[in-house]
This record gives sequence, C-alpha cells and structure tokens, in this order.
Amino acid sequence: MDTPGSRFAILSFAVFALLLQCAVPLRAQDWIRTGTGLGVEKVRLAVPDFKVANPDPKNGDLLRTFNDTLWNDLNNAGIFDLVSKSFNPLQVPGQPSEVKFEAWSAPPPSASMLAFGNLGVTGASVMVQGWLYDVKNTSSPQVLGKQYQDASTPEKTRMIAHKFADEIIFRLGGGIQGIAETQIYYVSARSGHKEIWAMDYDGANQHQVTHLGGISLSPRVSPDGSRIAFSSLTKNGWDILMYSLDLNRTVSFPHFGGTNISPTWAPDGMRLSFSSSRTGDPEIYVVDASGGNLKRLTSTKGPDVSPVFNHKTGAQIAFVGNRTGLPQIYTMEADGTNVQRMTDQGYAVSPAWSPNGQFLAFAWIRSYGPGQPGASDIYLMDIASKQWVQLTHDGGRNDFPSWSPDGRHIVFQSSRAGGEQIWTMLADGTKQTQLTTTGNNTQPNWSWK
Amino acid sequence: MKQGSTKWIALVFALCAVMTLGACKKKVAPPPPPAPPPAAAPTASLTANPNSVEKGQPTTLTWETTNATDVSIEGIGVVKPSGSQQVTPAESTTYKLTAKGAGGSQEATARVTVNEAPAPPSTSSATEEELFAQNVKDIYFDYDSYAVRGDQQSVVQSDAQFLSQHPNVRFTLEGHCDERGSTEYNLALGDNRSNAVRTALLQAGVSADRIKTISYGKEKPFCTASNEQCWQQNRRGHFVYQK
Repeated sequence: MDTPGSRFAILSFAVFALLLQCAVPLRAQDWIRTGTGLGVEKVRLAVPDFKVANPDPKNGDLLRTFNDTLWNDLNNAGIFDLVSKSFNPLQVPGQPSEVKFEAWSAPPPSASMLAFGNLGVTGASVMVQGWLYDVKNTSSPQVLGKQYQDASTPEKTRMIAHKFADEIIFRLGGGIQGIAETQIYYVSARSGHKEIWAMDYDGANQHQVTHLGGISLSPRVSPDGSRIAFSSLTKNGWDILMYSLDLNRTVSFPHFGGTNISPTWAPDGMRLSFSSSRTGDPEIYVVDASGGNLKRLTSTKGPDVSPVFNHKTGAQIAFVGNRTGLPQIYTMEADGTNVQRMTDQGYAVSPAWSPNGQFLAFAWIRSYGPGQPGASDIYLMDIASKQWVQLTHDGGRNDFPSWSPDGRHIVFQSSRAGGEQIWTMLADGTKQTQLTTTGNNTQPNWSWK
Repeated sequence: MKQGSTKWIALVFALCAVMTLGACKKKVAPPPPPAPPPAAAPTASLTANPNSVEKGQPTTLTWETTNATDVSIEGIGVVKPSGSQQVTPAESTTYKLTAKGAGGSQEATARVTVNEAPAPPSTSSATEEELFAQNVKDIYFDYDSYAVRGDQQSVVQSDAQFLSQHPNVRFTLEGHCDERGSTEYNLALGDNRSNAVRTALLQAGVSADRIKTISYGKEKPFCTASNEQCWQQNRRGHFVYQK
C-alpha cells in the first residue's frame, strides 16, 4: 500500500502545490473586483413559494413554473445568499397581512429580505402579486410591491417571474439591471445544419432562428436587440449576413470578397468590426451598420480575427492576431493604432470585453504545443494591469466566453460533459451551470439588454 | 461516351504492358545452346506500330521468329519467318502469329485498336478531371502553420507542372485545419493556407483566374479521430476540380 513510489508521488505533489502557491499568489478573490457586487457580502434573502390566490385547477402547474423560475433567477444572480427553503417557518405569507417579521429575521432563516406573494388563474389570464420586504425594518418594511397580469401560459408565467426577479435584483444589487429577461444566441447543429438559435438566459425556450441549410457561425446580436450579424458559407464563400429579428428574415448586407467571418457590434450599434481576407490575408475591418464605409485596421500577415469592441466606450478593439506563431490577444484603438499584446504565451483566442470596459474574458491554452496537452480554459484579464485569473478548471475545451449585460455572468461553450454544450457561470468562476443538452451547441452570444 | 473512352485507354495500356513484357522477355532470352541434340523450340514476336489508329488508317505489323519452318498470321496467311506488312483493320483486331518448327510451335499476338471517331470535347474534359484527380496532390501543413513546408515544395512543383500542361483546368483550393483550436481562428488560418498554396502556384506560373480559394477551417474534416495522424490529414490545402 504505502510503497516508496506512492510516497514519492505524495511528496512531489505537496512540493508542487507549495510551489504553485508561491508562483501564483494572485487568486481571484485577492484582486478581482468586477465592480458589480460579486465578491462583496451577499444579501440574505428568503424566497418562500408563492401561494395560490384562488382554487383554479390550472394554478398548480403555473405556480410550480413561477416558483422554480423565480428561485432560479435569484439563485443565479450571484448577489444573494438565499435562505434554504427547509429553514422557512411553517406558515409562509401570500399577503402582506400574513407576514410574521420575527419568524423571518430570527434564526434559522436569519433573513434580511423576504420576497413573497401569490398567483391566481382566472379564465385565460394569470395574475401575480409580489412583494419584497425588509424584515428588519418592521415600521416601513415594503421595498417593492408589484402586480402582473398576462395570458395563463407557462411562457408568460416564466416571463412574469423573470420581471419580478429583475425588479428585486435591481433594488438590492446596486441599481444594476437584472438579466432574467435577456437572450442568448448561439450555433446549434441539432437540425443537421449549423444554424443560429436563441434561448432565454436560463436555457429555457430554445428555438431555431435561421433556416439556411448550410453552415452559419458566430452570431452577434446588435445592442438594440433587433438584428443578428453572423457569418455564413454562401455560394460566394464566407459572407457576413444580417438577420432582422423584427422581419424574421435575412436583410441585405454587402459581399466583400474573400473569407468574411467573426462580426461584432460597436456599443452604439452604428458600426461593426469583422475579419476579412478580401486582400488575400485575414485582416480586421470596420464598417457602418449599413454596410458602407469599409475601413481596414490591421495589415499584418497571418490570421487577424475575432475582433470585439470595448463594450463601454467603443473606442478600442480587442482581437486575435498571429504575429508570433501562435494566436494571442491584442488590443488597439478603434482606428487601428496603438496595437498592444495582452497575452504572453500559449494559444489565446475568443476575447470578450466586459460591459464595464475593465476586463477581457478569453479562451487560453497556456501551455500549447506538441506533447503538451494543455486544456483550453476561460480566463479573465484586468486590462490595465494585465493580471489574469483562471475561471474554468473542470476539463474539456472551454471557448467563446460572452458577458451578460450586468457583467456578473459569463456564458461559454464547453466539451467537459461530452459534445460541445453551452454553460454559464458567475464572473468569478462559481456556479457553473449547463444550459443545453441536445446536439452540439457552440459560440454563445449574450444580448446587450 | 465517357465510359467507352475509359475502356479504350485501359485496353491500350494493357496492350502496351503486354508488349513491353514480351519485348523484355525476348531480349533476356539466352542464345540457343550450341549442341544440336533435340531441335530447338521456335520463338516468335509480333508488334503493331502504331497499335492504335483512327478508322481507315494503316498500321504496320512486324514479326520475328527463330527455329521456325512454318510461320503464319491469322487473317493474312503464310508469311516469311521475319518481316513486316502494312494492314488496315476495319475494327479493333488481335493479330495472332503461329510459328511451327521441329521443336514445337510458338504463338505471338498484337492488338490493334481502331478508334471509331475523334473524341468529342466533353470526353477530353472528363479525362482531364480524372487526370487531375490522379496527378494533383494536396499540400499538407504543420501544426498551426500556413507556410508551405520543405517536403511539400516538390508536390507544389509537380502540381504546378500538371496544371501548366492542362491550361483549361479550373480548380478550388480549400484550406482545412485540424479539430484543435478555435472555430473562428481556424477559419482565418485555413484561409491563409489556401492562399499560401495559391501564391506558390502563381509563382510557378499558374494563372490567377483559374484558382478559387475557400477556407473550411475545421468545419469539414477528412477524418475525425483525435490523433496526430488524423490531425495531419486535416491540415491541408485540398484541390477540387471545377467542372
């Protein structure tokens, strides 16, 4: 059992772990401040199941949908310490008059905040009343009181839960809008072709957007949510296509010649950037959203691809360039000047600029090369200091990070569970959650609002 | 039409092979032994030059025999032990020579192919496509590289030579990458690979208007195993004939 070999292995592991601690003194919690409430003390929030308001038989299913969605939204938000439902008092309120403050503020729940309410179906409509109470402020406890009415379908009920969750997150999360009503666009091959698909931020409501029958890649939704730019293999080769979510069809966009891939939007929605090999070498270009006024930004031999604007200012572009033999992340001004190399080694691709303009998330194989089976993981880099932290550690190839508009979440693709699937996590690497399971799903892109 | 011409070519090749082998055999045959004991076996050879003619055109049969007393060719009759004669076969014919002597008998044959009519243009382009497939070889790349490496230079040269000899051939150069690495980056890398082969062909004198390029990145792999052998198969500039 305790052979010299295993003792040596244990010893060398201990030494290695020690070295690792010395070599990498910077942990996420030590220095990453995303400025979005992640990593600060979390609000302790109790969310008992809503009660039925009347005896309609449709109540049961819709109520379960509502309660699951609301709990999931608040649990995913990253700013709450949710009270386990088993800690709740036996009597939960459905109305303000039923709230017993002491039962919620004292242990075991020890809640600071309480979200509660009721749901009732009347004919074809569903009505939801929801409140948020500060249970330690018994004289003036109400933070929020809301009433929603919509068609009594699971979809509409989910949407009501999302809206109420976003209200709570907005009030308790430093005035940053919640993301429960946001969309994620992605590529799915489950129809037999790589098409653009969309889903709610929590993986619900997955549906196909394009029906082109070829290969479509890299969907990027416009800041106003009305269009998706993507690249598609047409009879001319790879072109940037534009899909209108208002018209539910592709609308015209110029054919530039060469291989045109990886479009991205400026935050003002007026410009796009993309990679084109129209001159025989893949370079970064900017173009008006109308397709006019094409300008080339780079002129270095080798792949230049995957541009992304500074999400806050639109004044810089991060991109992937190969000037050293392996792809690295670079930044430059939006006019192509002042190119800076950000990563120092390995194989770094798929930059995503954080909404507050401070960070780049990207995929990195730090030790890349023959005989070095390095994993592709998602990393976060503070642009000003170039300090970085690794967010995924769980195996598989992890690629194509994209930020949620609140800057608290990152969606990405991972092969860790077999096949390529879409996952989300908080921007500190916690709460990694799989969203898709059917077919291969890749290149997620989070909507701007 | 296409199938017929394929068959003809196959026949001509087969005939050439037979004759070449026959000729070789004759050359290496040892001189007849000096001693008279039993009578030596006869030898015989028969060739047609050319062995493929248009209908109505003549060809020349040439034959040689040794140790034979009675030599005849089917369809012509008795002939001298060695000689030549012009013939104009109406259709493809296999001429058979029989040489008989005291030591036994020996046969030799020669096939003359008669082409019905000049091949129409469509046939010749189909042939070009096949020749393209046989002669034009793909260019393989190193890991994460789009430089045409040393051992592929001679392949580029022989591809360019074929393409110069067949100036009507148009083709697409596909850039492919292995499964490792990222989708978008690999599409750009594949584009660089197809353009690297294109540039090499342009330098070797192939004109630009015959070449289309496209990158498939890692979207259309040739094989899907996760090992170096398969990855090498997928890192290539692939030639596709344009009809």
